[in-house]
Amino acid sequence: MLGPGVTWYLVVAAILFATGTLGVLMRRSPLIVLLSLEIMLNAGNLVLVGFSRLHGDLDGQVFALAVMAVAASEVVVGLGLIVAVARRRLALDVDAMKELRG
Amino acid sequence: MGNVLVWAIWLGAAAACVGSGVAVVTLTNPFYSALSLIGNLASLAVLYLLAAAEFVAAAQVLVYAGAVMVMFLFVIAYLGGRADAPWAGGPPLLRLAAVVASAALLADVLVAMGMAVGESLSDEADIADSFGSPAEIGRLFLTDHLLAFEITSIVLLVAAVGGVVLGIRPSSASDEADDGA
Repeated sequence: MLGPGVTWYLVVAAILFATGTLGVLMRRSPLIVLLSLEIMLNAGNLVLVGFSRLHGDLDGQVFALAVMAVAASEVVVGLGLIVAVARRRLALDVDAMKELRG
Repeated sequence: MGNVLVWAIWLGAAAACVGSGVAVVTLTNPFYSALSLIGNLASLAVLYLLAAAEFVAAAQVLVYAGAVMVMFLFVIAYLGGRADAPWAGGPPLLRLAAVVASAALLADVLVAMGMAVGESLSDEADIADSFGSPAEIGRLFLTDHLLAFEITSIVLLVAAVGGVVLGIRPSSASDEADDGA
């Protein structure tokens, strides 16, 4: 392989995953929490693609594409929920949403 | 050691990737956070290209950085993009605990990787030129992973229906908060 080995991919993916975790734990806006979730999903995708290259097996890339589809679905439902919450004039704050009833 | 140019591009993309990821978490304006996530996804696509995943890189740019992020930006614009300082509100102990927890996760993963490095992570398989091409991915999707392919389509359909159901404006009188809109 011309460039960096799979270890480098794993290091970048680990840093990205920790960054996403930090965002999910620390931020209060549900929009940013959703964005941080995307970072975590992409860190997983990076590992899948890196190992797919290591083993010369395309199954990892196929799985990465499936993860992308699931992430798109998750964004649709998550953004729908956020818009529904905002329409009810509730505060967009994950700390304030403690109860399931509107 | 490999090609210097490939290393330079890889390191640049990795730095952009990590930097924009940190920017997503630390920026106060959600609009800027979403914009830096687009940069994150684009630099990830460069990393995918260098790992011989051409189709995944193209799908990443088209589907993720294109369609998904445009929807994100629309929703942020619709909601008004109010600022939300990353360190504001909440007990400071919780913020500290969040940093400690994610740092512990990072250390955990890095140590687990460090114990595995050198054994099997260095000998890479030889690949053909068609590795990662749309034809190869499509063949796998329609042969070995046909069930996953069909289930993915059902998941997308259910998500679309769920998005529509969530977006239906409550019309009955039970929802007083919505009558002004």
